[in-house]
Formats: sequence, structure tokens, C-alpha cells
Amino acid sequence: MGVWAYLAAGWILLVALYGLVTSRNLIHAIGCLAVAQSSTYVLLLTVGYRDHGTAPVFSDLRPGSRPVVDPVVQALALTDIVVGATVTALLLALTIQLRKRHGTVDPQALTALRG
Amino acid sequence: MTDAALLPLAVAIPLLGAPLLAVAGRVLPRAGCDALATGAAAADVVCLALLWSHLHGVAVARVGGWPARIGVVLAADRTGAGLALLAACLVLAVLGYSWRYFDEPSGERAGLFPAMVLTFQAGMVGFALTGDLFNAFVWFELMGAAGYALTGYRIEDPRPLQGALTFGIVNSLAAYCSLLGIGLLYARTGQLDLAAMGRSLAGHPTDLLTVTGFVLVVTAMLVKAAVVPFHFWLPDAHAVAPTPVCMLLSGAMVELGVYGVGRVYWTVFAGAGGVPHDAFRHTFTALGVLTALVGSVMCWQQRHIKRMLAYSTVGHVGLFVVGIALLTPDGAAGTAVYVAAHACAKAALFGLTGVLLDRYGSVDEHGLHGRGRELRLVGVLFVLGALALAGLPPFGTGLGKALGETAAGHAQPWLPAVYVLTSALTGGAVLRVALRVFWGAGAAPAQRPGEAEISGEGEEPEIRMPGRALPPMMLAVPAVLLGLCAVVGCLPAVGRAIAAGAGVYTDPAAYRAAVLGTAASPAPHVASAWTADGLLLGAVSAAAAAAAACLAVLRPFRLPCHRAVRRALTGLRRLHSGHLGDYVAWLTFGVAVLCAVMAAQT
Repeated sequence: MGVWAYLAAGWILLVALYGLVTSRNLIHAIGCLAVAQSSTYVLLLTVGYRDHGTAPVFSDLRPGSRPVVDPVVQALALTDIVVGATVTALLLALTIQLRKRHGTVDPQALTALRG
Repeated sequence: MTDAALLPLAVAIPLLGAPLLAVAGRVLPRAGCDALATGAAAADVVCLALLWSHLHGVAVARVGGWPARIGVVLAADRTGAGLALLAACLVLAVLGYSWRYFDEPSGERAGLFPAMVLTFQAGMVGFALTGDLFNAFVWFELMGAAGYALTGYRIEDPRPLQGALTFGIVNSLAAYCSLLGIGLLYARTGQLDLAAMGRSLAGHPTDLLTVTGFVLVVTAMLVKAAVVPFHFWLPDAHAVAPTPVCMLLSGAMVELGVYGVGRVYWTVFAGAGGVPHDAFRHTFTALGVLTALVGSVMCWQQRHIKRMLAYSTVGHVGLFVVGIALLTPDGAAGTAVYVAAHACAKAALFGLTGVLLDRYGSVDEHGLHGRGRELRLVGVLFVLGALALAGLPPFGTGLGKALGETAAGHAQPWLPAVYVLTSALTGGAVLRVALRVFWGAGAAPAQRPGEAEISGEGEEPEIRMPGRALPPMMLAVPAVLLGLCAVVGCLPAVGRAIAAGAGVYTDPAAYRAAVLGTAASPAPHVASAWTADGLLLGAVSAAAAAAAACLAVLRPFRLPCHRAVRRALTGLRRLHSGHLGDYVAWLTFGVAVLCAVMAAQT
């Protein structure tokens, strides 16, 4: 895959950052956070990729018979997904509550905290 | 019990206690819940105290029995174990403090607050004790998620939700940056274990990948540590979080960020193929000084007392970063003593602010002018806390500051001035509050309409019974914490033990030896006692704090350049806009600048 996958991961992160900076809706901002997280999946899976490798499942595969992709990064990505799902759910729940109490989900309308 | 068995136990106790409480809270009465939570916290304090007092080098536990090159290891030196112990002590104090603080009707939610506090503790202890970079990320996120939930605990009020959302989004974004860095480092070394990663990095030359990996990994820790320009979330979160949560955030979680930066640097990047010492030293000293100045200046300007204490934490974190960035055992020892004592003093001050909030439903310095006259004991404790913050001997903060100043003075002769200025400004601001609120000193401050500031009036009281007597624990806990702060400074054995730990903390060879089983070198001797210079500088900064507070309250004259100073300060305040987009932009800017600066120096 070469360098392109790494560049893609960086690009996804930049897009997410742009979205977060300019966001006018908290749900959109949390979506952007999830996009930022996707860049980590792309990077991790790229790091573990092997040319012509297959999934590291050895139930029907003789060890050493053919290259496999790195299982460690897959475990990392899986853990990352679990962590991300928790955080996203928590933040969305807070947003729902904010909408109920404050009547807005626009971060620029939230001016209670400054200075 | 051996150290290797105590290590996983220290993480397991709060991790198992939390779900137990969440379930048992549905059936147990309130007192039962509190007893269970306090019992779990006390058990963890005992476990970590045993570990800390036994420890001389680095204790290693291979979780699941896997060897270090495959599995996850827990590894603790005295600094890591000490920080975990500090977090555990604060959790115990917080749970005691909030016995009668949240007087909620017991029901399904009765055990939820202590359960979340224990989850938070598990994250902090796990982060301090882990020897694996990815594992550190997971603990970091656990600590974060519990922290966001605790910050937004009072969901009836819109402001906590806003603070929690900013806290959550900025910290999670930084954590994902960190994960990108971990991915890059894994690509380079094929390791996740800190010690193994450091060893394997030595086989490669330093290049842009190493530097980018380093900057990305420390981004999350710098955000947690609230280093300028990554600090914006902290005052917002502290201003709105329930008071017991502030005690934990300011006392332990923020310091864990600084600890993480030092830990990652020493174990992974300090050797060949890593980041050169000079590059780290210059960059992080500059960051620390900037943080100390911005934090203390912003602290001086606040009238919302919790927010003031939050900015004072930012200022002190700057000093901690400077201490770590010196890259000497003496600097680390000074920081370690300072962190331990600062946590006690700051938690005590937050606890006393909680009393004000409980009595008057306000934490506004101006609005409370003279109203605290009947709370004399609280006032006296508040003044003691302020003096501790200013570094007055014999408080531990003074000792830590003195050790830090001596170590910093060897590197740059002007650095002690930053220590004195920061502690004088932050201590002076708190002293000013004490004079105005508890003694009614000076004229009531004039209103300044049209200025962007948070008053702290009309705060939602955290309890529902305005007529009740003050719970005794709300005074006892701050008093005990201030006592502990003095103990750190007065008992030479405590200072010696903490300082000896710093010798191991700044010795990557010892860490690597313990985790990977290679030969170790003897630990260096580290200074840990009061010196005449230290006593003098501590007294100077306390006197400066007192003078600043008196001048601010009594206003005998106006500064000649009053207008210009005010305009500059207003500009600085405007940067703290409360907008999520601005904070993310600053984060991006900070990462980019840090990458460029580090790359230019390698």
C-alpha cells in the first residue's frame, strides 16, 4: 500500500480537525471526533498490513505457510473502537441533556464560560 | 505479599469496587453505600502505601503471566507508585468529604457518584502503574471518560454540560492524536512496552518519524496536564464540576499528565535514536515558563473562586513541567515533592470553597464580600491554604518549590524568579479572596459592566437542604489535607523517600533492567532537605503574596501604567473564549508548532 495509506490517515485527521474548528452543531462536532478516530484505524491497520498477507487466524492455516497481517494492531484497533464508542455515547448523551436544558446545540451560542 | 502481587491488586480494588457499588447502591441505604465506597478507597490506600514503602527499584508484574515482549506489564517505581498513592489518598478524602455533600434521595442513583469516583481512580492508578504505551492510552481514556461524566454530574444545570463537553471533546481528540503517535512508534519499533520500545528505538537514527511520534504521543498528556496552549478546557471544567470532583481533577489527574510526559521521555526517547536532551529541555522549559506565567496572570484576574483555583493549577503545572524539563534527578525530586504537597493544599482549598458554595450558593469573590465573617475557622484554613500555595515554609509546597528552584537555578539563573512570581501571584489571589470574603477587608469591589468574565453568582447549590448545619467532614477533610501538606515539608523522611524515587524515575537503565531483565546501575543521590536559600525564597514569595493581596484589597494607589496593563490583560482573557472551535484550533496550532520546533532542534 505504501505511503498513500499513511497520507490518507493524515488527511482524515485534518478533515476532522477542520470540521471540529468550524462546527456550528455539537452533534456534528462529535461526528467529527469520530472521523478523527477513524484516522487512527486507518493508520493502525496500515502499520500492520503485509503484502499478500491473510487474516491471522490459524484454525485452518499452517503456521509459517503464508504471510499474515499483524494481529497486534487489529487488537489495538478493536480496543480503540470500544473506547471510542463509549466516549461518543457519553458525549452524545451530554448533548441531548444540553439541548433539553439550554435549547441549543450550537457551540457558539454557549457563552456561559469565557474569560 | 510481594510487590508483584500488590501491583495488579492496586488497580483491581477500585475497578471491582465500582460495579459492586453501582449494583449495591440500588438496595443499600445511603450510609451503607458510603461505608462500602470508603472501605474500597481505604483498602486501595493501604495497598498502595505498602507498595510505595517497600519499593526501592522498579517493581514489575507480568499480567496474565505473559513475558514482557508479548504481554502487558505493570511496572512501578517510587514516583509512579507515589502518584498512584496520592490519587488514592485524594479519592479517600473526596469520598469522606462527600458523605453528606450530595444529599440526594437514595434510590437507584445512590451508589453512582462513588462508583464513578472509583472508576476514575482505577484509571489514574492504572495510568501511573502501567509499563505499556497502549495500555497507558486505555487507562487514560478510562480516566477521561469517568472525568467527563463526573464533570457533567449535575445535569440539571446547563453549564456543567458545556464544560464536560469541551473537556470530553478536546481530551478525546488529543487521545486519538496520541494513538496515532503510538501507531507510528509501533511501526518503527514493533513494540508497545515502554522499555522494549526505548531499547529498539536505539537501533535507528532520529528522524521526522521519531519526532512526530513523540509529539503526538505527548499531546494527550500535555492536554491532560493543561500546558499552554492546550489548557483551555481546564478552567471551564473546573468552574462547573462538583467541588469534590475538582479536588481530584486538580490534585491528581492534571499532574498525571506531567508524569506521563516525563515517563515516556525517559523510558522511550532519552537514549540513542530518540529525542536529544537539549531539544526536550529547551522546548519544555519554554512551555513550562509560558504555562506558569499565563496561569498565574489569569489566576490573579478571576473572581469566580473555583476558576481562580483552576488557573492557579495551570500556573503550578507550568512549574512542574519546568522541573521535569530540567532532566536532572534533582529537578524531578523537587517536582515530585511539589506535586504531593500541592495536591493536598489545592484539594483543601477546593474543599473550603465547597463550604462557601454550600452556605451561600455562590463562589463569587465580589458578591461574597464580608459575608463569610461567621465562618472564622474556614477563613483561617483558607488563609493557611493560600500561604501553602504561596510556598511558605514549612509547608511541603515550600519545600518542593525550594528544591525545584535550586535545581532550576543550576540550569538557568533566572528560572527561580518564575517560581517566586507564580507562587506569589497564585497565593496572593487566594489570600485576596480570604481577606475580602472572611474579613470583609477593603471596599466592596465596583461592578465592571461589559467585561467578559464569569462572576460565580447564582451557582446551583450542590445540596438541596439550605437550612442544615455544616457537615463536620467538610471541615475535617480540608484540615487533614493541610496537615498532610505540612507533614510533607516537615518530616525529612517523607521528602527523602520521594526524592529517592526521583532518582529511579530519571534513570532509564534501571527501568529497562527491571522490565527486561538487564543489568542496572546504582541510583544517584538526590537532595531533599531545606536549605537557607529555599527558606528565604519561600518567605519572600509568601510575603510578596501577602503584599499583593493587601494592595489589591486596600487600593492605596493606582499603578501608573494601569490602562495599558488592563488592555493587555483583557486581550489575554479574550483568548479564553469558551468556544470549542477555538480550543481545537489552539490544540492543532500547538501540535504543529511543537512538531516544527522539535524537528528544527534534532
